Amino acid sequence: MADYTPSEMMIVCSARALAGERVVFVGVGLPNIACNLARRTVAPDLELVYESGVFGARPARLPLSIGDPTLVSGATSVCPMSDLFMNYLQGGRIEVAFLGAAQIDRFGNLNTTVIGDYRRPKVRLPGSGGACEIAIHAQKVFIITRLKKRAFVERLEFITSAGHLTGRPNQRKSLGMPGSGPQRVVTDKAVFRFDADSGEMFLSSIHPGVTVAQVQAEVSWPLKIAADLQTTPPPSPEELRLIRAELDPTGMYTT
Amino acid sequence: MKITAMRNAVTRYVHDGDTVAIEGFTAFIGFAAAHEIIRQGRQNLTLCRMTPDLIYDQMIAAGCARKLIFSYLGNPGVGSLHCIRRAIEKNIPRPLEIEEYSHFGMVGRYTAGAARLPFFPLKSYLGVDINRANPRIQFVTSPYSDENIAVVPPLNPDVAVIHAQRADANGNTQLWGLLGVQKEAAFAAEHVIVVVEEIVDEAVIRSDPNRTVIPHVVVDAVVHQPFGAHPSYVQGYYDRDNKFYQEWDKISRDAGQTQAWLDEWVFGVDDWTGYLQKLETREPEIRTRLAPGQALSRPVNYGLYGREGA
Repeated sequence: MADYTPSEMMIVCSARALAGERVVFVGVGLPNIACNLARRTVAPDLELVYESGVFGARPARLPLSIGDPTLVSGATSVCPMSDLFMNYLQGGRIEVAFLGAAQIDRFGNLNTTVIGDYRRPKVRLPGSGGACEIAIHAQKVFIITRLKKRAFVERLEFITSAGHLTGRPNQRKSLGMPGSGPQRVVTDKAVFRFDADSGEMFLSSIHPGVTVAQVQAEVSWPLKIAADLQTTPPPSPEELRLIRAELDPTGMYTT
Repeated sequence: MKITAMRNAVTRYVHDGDTVAIEGFTAFIGFAAAHEIIRQGRQNLTLCRMTPDLIYDQMIAAGCARKLIFSYLGNPGVGSLHCIRRAIEKNIPRPLEIEEYSHFGMVGRYTAGAARLPFFPLKSYLGVDINRANPRIQFVTSPYSDENIAVVPPLNPDVAVIHAQRADANGNTQLWGLLGVQKEAAFAAEHVIVVVEEIVDEAVIRSDPNRTVIPHVVVDAVVHQPFGAHPSYVQGYYDRDNKFYQEWDKISRDAGQTQAWLDEWVFGVDDWTGYLQKLETREPEIRTRLAPGQALSRPVNYGLYGREGA
């Protein structure tokens, strides 16, 4: 047995992906811990931006939501949500954003709206929030979600946030999307990246102890695999110490 | 002088069939007003909120609404809004029409409403199904280029309820913390009820005019209701009661339990004072548990001009 949890592996993978980044749009839960871990390790200058209108948060406790008051106290700036969406996001100031999803397809398009028919839903999900425009405007998007067959689907029932659409070259640009779309999908079993030409997701790294067959079993389409498939380096003792002692001491998101 | 009791403010400004916006993004959520609206038995409301949160979960469970306009349907940091899901998925207690946007779309709707513009343009809804599900989201061609851009219609609620830290008796309202769309919703609405933790002297407002988000000209009623945003929070006054947000996740899963909760905590009390008494009887230390530490801003010098000196 590994001495870390799958959630901790996801957090560490996400944090490492932020190396050298300066402005990140944070979601609650795992992305929040990942971004705070990155600021203490690979990206010391990272500014945390929350859609609730916070730029440069310095949370003193683990935020319970993206609107937690700890995000306000000590932040660089707190602004109306109109400023956040118009000037920060649409204005092109966000380098990386994290998004989650109930469903994802091979091109990184995301569904967080509905399972079943929109008007007669089987399961009504939360909807877009800011995700639809974050997916358009953030320079890069990282997706963080657990690897499950019912999430990694052949065809989305509803597109809430655009990834690489149908994979045609320049499709995002021709629709007027400034951001380059999803670049990574971080899961509890593996990390995926996207082919620059086809826009299709491929397996780029598997976590220690996971096999390619186990990953394929949770993906509904025949998965493309990197020629130089890597094994993800496990969390370091220091990364684990920061997560457990400082970022999520009660283990709310990591166990 | 606009200071009013909550009961009178709701009776006067919230009517059956109205379009109502009780905003506040995670913070400043006007639960005291919502409970009074439920108690007075308002029906057929069109409820607008970016994040319906527990407040609209309760109002919809109580049967106040016929329609919901929103952009994110969740119990923040906890999970689903079960009552709203029951209404959408199973028509319980009654069918609920929905009109759905993204956050930016809702921000744009209030912004256009506040400025009395015919629409708000935003670079969103590209390559997705949201605009297919909601035909009120349209696209127009820019007159200055050939860019195709999404537009959303203005949102002008009949009444907006804005919770804030403080206001003077005339309705000049100061907020700090997450400003959400409080200003836009207030300017967009036909009538505005402001609910505050403290009533302060006009001189306090004038000592820090940059913090005045909502001026008296758009305010109809000022309600003094300390702790009136519980179980949400007010920056610097009290923290979110996350225990209740988690508790609601359990209560709201069952329609019967939800009704029992409404009977006890909304219909079973006369007003918000009654609610707070019940709360403190159940947990005498609740105010201590939710009290934040102190983080004061440093004073700034606005300067004194035209009297002595300059």
